[in-house]
Amino acid sequence: MRQNKTLEITVGLFIAGGLAALLVLAMKVSNLTQLNQGDGYNVVARFENIGGLKVRSPVKVGGVRIGRVAGIDYDTERYQAVVTMQLEGKYNQFPDDTSASVYTAGLLGEQYIALEPGGAEDYLQQGSEIDITQSAVIIEQLISKFLFNKASEPSGE
Amino acid sequence: MEESLVQVRQLHFSRGQRKIFNGMDLDIPRGKITAIMGPSGTGKTTLLKLIGGQLQPASGSVIIDGLEVPKLSRSRLYKLRRRMGMLFQSGALLTDLSVFDNVAYPLREHTDMSESMIRDLVLLKLHAVGLRGARDLNPSELSGGMARRVALARAIALDPMMIMYDEPFTGQDPISMGVLVQLIRKLNNALGLTSIIVSHDVKEAASIADYIYVISEGKVVEHGTPDELDRSDSSWVQQFLQGLPDGPVPFHYPATDYREDLLGADRASQR
Amino acid sequence: MNWIQSLGQSGLEFFEKLGRAHIFLWQALAGIPSVLRRPSLLVAQLYSIGVLSLLIILVSGLFVGMVLALQGYNTLSDFGAEESLGVVVALSMVRELGPVITGLLFAGRAGSALTAEIGLMKATEQLSGMEMMAVDPIRRVISPRFLAGLISMPLLAAIFSAIGIYGGYFVGVDVLGVDEGAYWSQMQSKVDLYEDIFNGVIKSIAFGWVCAWIAVFEGYDAIPTSEGVSRATTRTVVHSALAVLGLDFVLTALMFD
Repeated sequence: MRQNKTLEITVGLFIAGGLAALLVLAMKVSNLTQLNQGDGYNVVARFENIGGLKVRSPVKVGGVRIGRVAGIDYDTERYQAVVTMQLEGKYNQFPDDTSASVYTAGLLGEQYIALEPGGAEDYLQQGSEIDITQSAVIIEQLISKFLFNKASEPSGE
Repeated sequence: MEESLVQVRQLHFSRGQRKIFNGMDLDIPRGKITAIMGPSGTGKTTLLKLIGGQLQPASGSVIIDGLEVPKLSRSRLYKLRRRMGMLFQSGALLTDLSVFDNVAYPLREHTDMSESMIRDLVLLKLHAVGLRGARDLNPSELSGGMARRVALARAIALDPMMIMYDEPFTGQDPISMGVLVQLIRKLNNALGLTSIIVSHDVKEAASIADYIYVISEGKVVEHGTPDELDRSDSSWVQQFLQGLPDGPVPFHYPATDYREDLLGADRASQR
Repeated sequence: MNWIQSLGQSGLEFFEKLGRAHIFLWQALAGIPSVLRRPSLLVAQLYSIGVLSLLIILVSGLFVGMVLALQGYNTLSDFGAEESLGVVVALSMVRELGPVITGLLFAGRAGSALTAEIGLMKATEQLSGMEMMAVDPIRRVISPRFLAGLISMPLLAAIFSAIGIYGGYFVGVDVLGVDEGAYWSQMQSKVDLYEDIFNGVIKSIAFGWVCAWIAVFEGYDAIPTSEGVSRATTRTVVHSALAVLGLDFVLTALMFD
């Protein structure tokens, strides 16, 4: 069986091209470079309403993503949403009284958790709970509040 | 009988509903050319496949050189096949290889010989069939007769003990036919082979066969040397050997009475 | 009651064929170690199955990516969300279109060629000839082709997706004016390595498995006449396409919930 040198080279190029494409997809297209490096630690926060927050939604401080929502649960005793966040290991100097709010990014409304650092001396650690939280803003509640205010205004002014 | 290389005993084989072999007995003598003849469709090719182990009989035995073929394990069957050569009706050359590579194929697959040794052997075999100069051609460039000769060279590449020929004379022009007939005889004698030829070309097969089996309806109808068969008093065998259009094998396919058939149609169309 | 009988018959034949196909797969898989010992067989098949499919994959990938960008832009601009174009193109390609369209093209081009080749080898008694030469045709002919198909598919799908994303970049950024930085950065934050890329690769491996299997089996099982081979080739394309689409649904449901 004649083994063509050209044949072997073209097949080699094909395989290399395929692997290169996979590499491109991994590096340039996906979030490979942003994946968690090192170990993270989990922190819990409770909210009245998390709106459209999902698992893997980002956790940001000052606009910089420092972690992700790892799990969402509901506490039927205290009637609150319980959000578990995984923060990257290298960001381990957040004060104990840091607050967490659910904000919306952009017009299409992807929701994320924004942390606002406090001033306490102890730091958040694995398993800590964030006490100060602000729930997501729900449009319908806003509107009904507005209407209620409007309705209770004295007329003719 | 120790002088028979192949012994077939009480062979039964069916394809779907059709019974192809109904208790067939056969002995292929060593070192001789045996022809197996019969009308088309009697399963002559199937017989070769049963002997070669490609098909399993429903019952009965096929013994080659003392080995029970249907009972062999795969690896032992493959070992046996290296001692057998087969010439297919179409040659069955591998179309993506040149003539040289086709003949070298069994050598490369089954031996550890160096390329220069293989080259010598291949040229030897090709020379024996007269096609040494065609070694670089592709199978698509060969005529039917040439393809068969290359296939023959390939079949003897490993110096087998027996060769089976499946309809080697079909569709050949007189010269190629003559070449092939001669080759089969010469190789058989020169290499001490046992040859089994399956054919319905009575004239050519009988001209080189040492022994003939005539099979029909799944059984052996007659067997003997070409002379013995010539003198046979079975009218069926005589019709077959002489190629008579009518006899025990009728010309007309079974049908109703001729007159009735014609007139019946007339009456029906008059209504 | 004849139709019940023929229905039952078809049912039995179906199961018979299914059984044959699985036994065949087993034999083909068993032949893979011997293929790896003779890489020249594999290389030759990778060429005829993989390399020769490159042209159609490249062209199709490019056009699909460009069309996605066009259509995506139209819809996204209604929401003022043109900057998310990269996300739309990348996710569509990597999760779905890459594996599926490559699978369909593969079945049409390489699959049908495989079936025809093997069917023809059967019809011209080459497979029988090999058997009588004590060479196992499955190890020699089938296993290399199956393995080559299995390897080629994920590579082709990756090439399809990659070139599609670049095609989308060309149309989106150069032609339609989407911001270059936004195209890539949004894409990078939304396309997950494990969830999207990895799952897409798994899909393409599954499709490669199925398409290669159907192609070699139909060829091997074909009736050795010219009509039989042509029908087997048609069956390969149709069954492969159905299998790819059906498998895609199942895998998508399992992977992306």
